[in-house]
Amino acid sequence: MSKSRVWKFHNDVDTDQIIASQYLLLPNIEEMKGYTFESLDPDFAKKVQAGDVIVAAENFGCGSSREQAPSVLKALGIKAVVAKSFARIFYRNAINVGLPVLVCKDLYDDVEELEEVALDLSEGSITYGDKQYACTKLPELMQTILDKGGLINYLNNGEV
Amino acid sequence: MGMTIGEKIIAKAAGVKSVKPGDIHTVTLDRMMSNDGTTHLTIDMYYNQLKNPRIADKDKIVFIMDHNVPAENPKTAEAHKKMRNFAKEQGIKLYEGQGVCHQIMLEDYVCPGELIFGADSHTCSYGALGAFGTGVGCTDLLYGIVTGQSWVLVPETIRFNLTGKLPEGVYPRDLILTIIGDIGANGANYKIMEFAGDGAHNLSIDDRMVLCNLCVEAGAKTGIVEPDEKVIEYVKSRGRKVEHMFISDNDAVFEKVYSYDLSKIRPVVARPDFVDDVIPLEDLKRVKIDQAFLGSCNNGRLDDLRVAARLLKGKKVKEDVRFIVAPASNEVYLQALEEGIMDVLMEAGAQVMNANCSVCWGSCQGVIGENEVLVSTGTRNFKGRAGHPSSKVYLASAETVTRAAITGYIEG
Repeated sequence: MSKSRVWKFHNDVDTDQIIASQYLLLPNIEEMKGYTFESLDPDFAKKVQAGDVIVAAENFGCGSSREQAPSVLKALGIKAVVAKSFARIFYRNAINVGLPVLVCKDLYDDVEELEEVALDLSEGSITYGDKQYACTKLPELMQTILDKGGLINYLNNGEV
Repeated sequence: MGMTIGEKIIAKAAGVKSVKPGDIHTVTLDRMMSNDGTTHLTIDMYYNQLKNPRIADKDKIVFIMDHNVPAENPKTAEAHKKMRNFAKEQGIKLYEGQGVCHQIMLEDYVCPGELIFGADSHTCSYGALGAFGTGVGCTDLLYGIVTGQSWVLVPETIRFNLTGKLPEGVYPRDLILTIIGDIGANGANYKIMEFAGDGAHNLSIDDRMVLCNLCVEAGAKTGIVEPDEKVIEYVKSRGRKVEHMFISDNDAVFEKVYSYDLSKIRPVVARPDFVDDVIPLEDLKRVKIDQAFLGSCNNGRLDDLRVAARLLKGKKVKEDVRFIVAPASNEVYLQALEEGIMDVLMEAGAQVMNANCSVCWGSCQGVIGENEVLVSTGTRNFKGRAGHPSSKVYLASAETVTRAAITGYIEG
């Protein structure tokens, strides 16, 4: 299983920090993604690599309903966001754009930034060192939407 | 088992007799709202990603340009053009520069008992009229536009029993910030915040808008005030029908119950960078400000402008302080003009903007620079929310903000 580098974020990371208001009316996600987490780390978009994961504490993605937040993370190649808890709208938006979100209470306190973890998205489990972490299962409907790569694919497949 | 207001609204929208927390239901949406923060992306998805692009019912959709109006750069102008053209082609009602989306929805559309999705987190404001409004992303909104439906996970309800009346000089803004400070930024995550009791019924409709609007800052899916005669009067006076006045059953199950005596609420301030970092104004060490803002979907209504005019009459905005005022809608603006409020504000040196999200949104008007301090009646004080990442935002009532504009300090 391929390994993912960890980027750690604290409690209550809001969607303004993920992508600030001033970039939201840019024409598309590709033009926005370079500004991801700009207020916390202006170089984040340059440093992050496809396949990396975000590991956050409580209430990740609180604040605005801007779907640009999960979309820029996905566009940067973030494989999944693992958090102790998520804010409601971000959680739903992430699944709708096909970005896996995993609720895991314990990983955050154990892992350090830039260490590596292995994610098994089909099982919803994470391995760090020789320790395994189980994540909360999604409701069936949300898992189906995620498995199809997001809500648009779900809609296009005629499951209305 | 009895149901709460929110559960009854979901049951109606799902066409079932009853629902319970944790259930997932397919619902028919009564209304959908989208603003210029994301609509350009929704339209791109509509044209480029859908196998069968279609609109279930154009009359249930409202487009509102309020975040960056008028456009501040050519890219925004293009995003607006896309929204304007799509609305015209599809026959969707469009408001441009008429006010903040939630204020317009409450003035012109929301009815009690409706389930409304808006592509904006503060859609939870609609509970002021006994409706269930909730914020969604643009893909969810597009799904609603195409199918007329969506799915909802039935949330648990937290009940807030309010008693009494707010003291003089204390506002619903202080009340909801106090509650958010008490329960925390995720204290109501995935939950409905329901407000009832004589204290809730004592509040005006505008007061209830303030209360419900900020519920998302505690993570709530929506906030709803138990509807009453005041709601019927408001909705009817605006030419709309009242069909579904839901109140919670006596045996409804609440996840938690809190009680607040409104007479004990005091002026408060939320300190940067978290809405739940709330302390009594009197405990705040005086803070020097660079800018004050009165406006937003939380606090840009007539009552708020009246407070500012009362305090500013015959006074001046402090030298070196910018006081920016943006009415929540043109209707509010026109009433304020009629009452002479705008004369007072302008004579005092305030900069009065068009009705829009303005400083609260930190993108097109009154953006603040490096290390600057803003005191605001806006919705959020997140890091960098109003401009430079090093700038600071304090949230407070219209009175506290206006006093700071006069003295140059936030102080108790």
